[in-house]
Amino acid sequence: MEKILQIKDLELSFNTFAGEVKAIRGVNFDLYKGETLAIVGESGSGKSVTSKSIMRLLPESSAEFKNGEILFGGRDLTKLSDKEMQKIRGKEISMIFQDPMTSLNPTMPIGRQITEPLLKHQKISKPEARKVAIDLLRLVGMPKPELRMKQYPHQFSGGQRQRIVIAISLACNPQILIADEPTTALDVTIQAQILELMKDLQRKIDTSIIFITHDLGVVANVADRVAVMYGGKIVEIGTVDEIFYNPQHPYTWGLLSSMPSLDTEDAKLYTIPGTPPDLLEPPKGDAFALRSEYAMKIDMEMDPPFFEISDTHKAATWLLHPDAPKVEPPLSVIERMKKFPGSRYYEGSKN
Amino acid sequence: MSQNYEKLPQGSFDRIPKDTKQAERISKPSVSFWQDAWRRLKKNKGAIFSIILFGLIVIMALLGPVISPYEPNDQTITHANLPPKIPVIENLGIFNGVGELGGQEVDLYELKNVDQNYWFGTDGLGRDMFSRVWQGTQVSLFIAFAAALIDMVIGVVYGGISGYFGGRVDDIMQRIVEILSGIPNLVVVILFIMIMDPGILAIIIALTITGWTGMSRVVRGQVLKYKNQEFVLAARTLGASDNRIIWKHLMPNVLGVIIINTMFTIPGAIFFEAFLSFIGLGLQAPDASLGTLINDGYKLIQYQPHILAIPAFVLSLIMISFNLIGDGLRDALDPKMKD
Amino acid sequence: MARYIGKRMFYMLITLILIATFTFFLMKILPGSPIASADRLSPEQRAIVEASYGLDRPLPVQYFDYMFGLVQGDLGVSINQFKGAPVTDIILNRIGPSAQIGFQGMLFGTILGILFGMVAAVKQNSWIDYASTTVAIIGISIPSFVFASLLQYWLAVEWQLFPVAFWKEGFMSSVLPSLALAMFPLATAARFIRSEMIEVLGSDYITLAKAKGASGSEIAFKHAFRNALIPLITVLGPMAVSILTGSLVVEQIFAIPGIGEQFVTSIMVQDFSIIMGTTIFFSVFLILVILIVDVLYGVIDPRIRLSGGKS
Repeated sequence: MEKILQIKDLELSFNTFAGEVKAIRGVNFDLYKGETLAIVGESGSGKSVTSKSIMRLLPESSAEFKNGEILFGGRDLTKLSDKEMQKIRGKEISMIFQDPMTSLNPTMPIGRQITEPLLKHQKISKPEARKVAIDLLRLVGMPKPELRMKQYPHQFSGGQRQRIVIAISLACNPQILIADEPTTALDVTIQAQILELMKDLQRKIDTSIIFITHDLGVVANVADRVAVMYGGKIVEIGTVDEIFYNPQHPYTWGLLSSMPSLDTEDAKLYTIPGTPPDLLEPPKGDAFALRSEYAMKIDMEMDPPFFEISDTHKAATWLLHPDAPKVEPPLSVIERMKKFPGSRYYEGSKN
Repeated sequence: MSQNYEKLPQGSFDRIPKDTKQAERISKPSVSFWQDAWRRLKKNKGAIFSIILFGLIVIMALLGPVISPYEPNDQTITHANLPPKIPVIENLGIFNGVGELGGQEVDLYELKNVDQNYWFGTDGLGRDMFSRVWQGTQVSLFIAFAAALIDMVIGVVYGGISGYFGGRVDDIMQRIVEILSGIPNLVVVILFIMIMDPGILAIIIALTITGWTGMSRVVRGQVLKYKNQEFVLAARTLGASDNRIIWKHLMPNVLGVIIINTMFTIPGAIFFEAFLSFIGLGLQAPDASLGTLINDGYKLIQYQPHILAIPAFVLSLIMISFNLIGDGLRDALDPKMKD
Repeated sequence: MARYIGKRMFYMLITLILIATFTFFLMKILPGSPIASADRLSPEQRAIVEASYGLDRPLPVQYFDYMFGLVQGDLGVSINQFKGAPVTDIILNRIGPSAQIGFQGMLFGTILGILFGMVAAVKQNSWIDYASTTVAIIGISIPSFVFASLLQYWLAVEWQLFPVAFWKEGFMSSVLPSLALAMFPLATAARFIRSEMIEVLGSDYITLAKAKGASGSEIAFKHAFRNALIPLITVLGPMAVSILTGSLVVEQIFAIPGIGEQFVTSIMVQDFSIIMGTTIFFSVFLILVILIVDVLYGVIDPRIRLSGGKS
């Protein structure tokens, strides 16, 4: 498959009054054409920063690329000038944000907000742009789009606004769409509609999507592959089945165990103890070790490398080292693993 | 799997017991709201500088009239209209007692045979400007603080009651405020000064008569905002009394805006006092405030600019420092607050 | 919206009636006779003069007479200063210069302030930001009369660039007073626009505009400026008040034959009917400004305009 975006050894820091916050500490991943890659993690794990750094939307005064590259169409986005970046934003790569209530300009009719990227990036006239905008609104399922072009954001509901934001982001048929928690602020029923819409649109225009979320339920629904981030690093990456049914990193285990499901028998949900690491002074070794039940001496001393489980599946945990003791994942995870061919606990062939 | 692992030391893979304390310890030490605000304020150079500057002005206002060898109201006609002269500094070419007389620069002290030094010079009646300026500062500050304090008390009580009890009470109280604040402050102040005997008390009353509406509005807004928030509802559910809710739950949250608002009331009051004096409605001679001194000085601006310049400078310093302190406090206490 | 304006007008009316009543009775309880020369007159003479101004009638009659006159725009007659001249005419004659310096000051101050604030916000923490913040702090801190005295001393007396005082050289005479009045609006607008712009520039829709590929200037002008400018309307009220307050002293300092100067003179010579008339005139002006500001806000901001008035 064609790699459309490659992120290599990306390190990024924020310079704050308190010191240097190492928000991204060596992130590597590729994005393939037409796929949806979900990046999951809790707040502060660096997932949003990663996505914004691709678009270079972080404040230039404080955010600083320390190392690595973001390769897109043969160019390193970290090195482009502002002018060059402007030509990519909205045209080649576009973005949807978390809160549709605040991501539209309150004093500009939505029609103008949709035509803005069209007029900016494509050589078309205003009437033509208007026509495209109406088509886009229809595409995202907005009834009577002609009438609504002149309306202001406050005249739309949250779900409708997110549809408008999606219409804006798709205006120039971007190669990559970054969705930063696009459904988090929406009602569950609207969430499902927006997810359906995004999947549908992806099929139609064949764009790649980076989907940032902390909601594993959403991930299962939309993603082809999943990257799990913790403490500014990717700790595990694999196909959606590999992450859900054959997870290897204790943090992924924790995430999956804390996800409610219909067949959870215990009334009590698992929670991961402790808080995410302070990235002002990232801990030595495995950042998750301090919260992990499976911590070993080495975790406190050395960063774990990636261990490959399959061609598509990698995890950064010393537990995968041949010398490491074999540990039992939590019960709910074992239950999951029983369904995955190739995992230690696979039971599928028994009958 | 084809990775190369470096040879790891013995015992690397020993399990270590999970230490929940360790896990929780990662979080930063918690700081209280006020500690945090203080830290933010300390970073604001302008505000800290202003606090020090204002402190110095207060000290001078209290000590100035005492350390000056002259009484503020003693007139020595032969020493009238002397420019400032300060020993040591006079050698720098400023504050050297040189003034203009008939278009020529002359040392007026020599000319008039004056042996003493008047640090800020003298006015048209030969009164020592140094003690007068600091005396005036004292009066101006007293008026401003008194007015701000009264505004605060009335405003907080009124706004608090209106916001906390809401409903009909709030309705009626707000209609009153609406009408009161429709009356231009300027007009009320001038009218009140006219019917009362001019003096410090009259000015304070005039300033506070409508001044409190601003504070009451802000406090009401804050109380309304907080009283329906979950933490207050929770306290109520747990059986907290009105008294407890007001003092333990609402007050700490509203305190920030009260302080900020007061900080901006003070320069406003100082300005208004000076303004009244300037249009002749302020203190009556021989009492002096910064405003009356500026008014006196303005009449002599072409001949004796120092009589205007010094009190105007002190007044401006007070205004600037209060505005900066207010700005700093606002940023420190509530970075998001705008009104 | 219409209902909202109607309600506001109603309150405005009540406020005005209250102010007029309040001023009227205040003037009546003031110590001393409204006739300045009363001491020098014999009781008989005094009675004749008082009768000629209708001051001998019972208070309620005088009050209702005054209120009825007010409705027709009649503010009574001057007693001490202009002996019998209608106050309305006195005020109307003096509106010109006051309006000119007030308008010029407001316009100049606001436009320059917006410019300062915008540049400061876009170039946050640059020297330009610090310079404009300093100017703004000085502008709101230094009283207009101090500023006016300084302008007069340096620009007129020392450098002789402008006339020192009086209203004789047309526009040139209006420059210094307008500048003195401009300081507060300038400072207020600069501070306000700066903080609004910074907030707007940090908002999600600006990030989205950036994500669409908009350039720095497109973001500042097409997206941020309008959103930062709308709330500026809310400080137009305080600005108008400052212009009015300022005019009292600034007109005095530059000897401009405006309403402010007249008002101060009337206070000095205790011409009660002019004081009363001017008080009511000022109140109407300020209340109108505040009403216009509120309505304007509703008209300009689509969120309020289209949802029909503030709650």
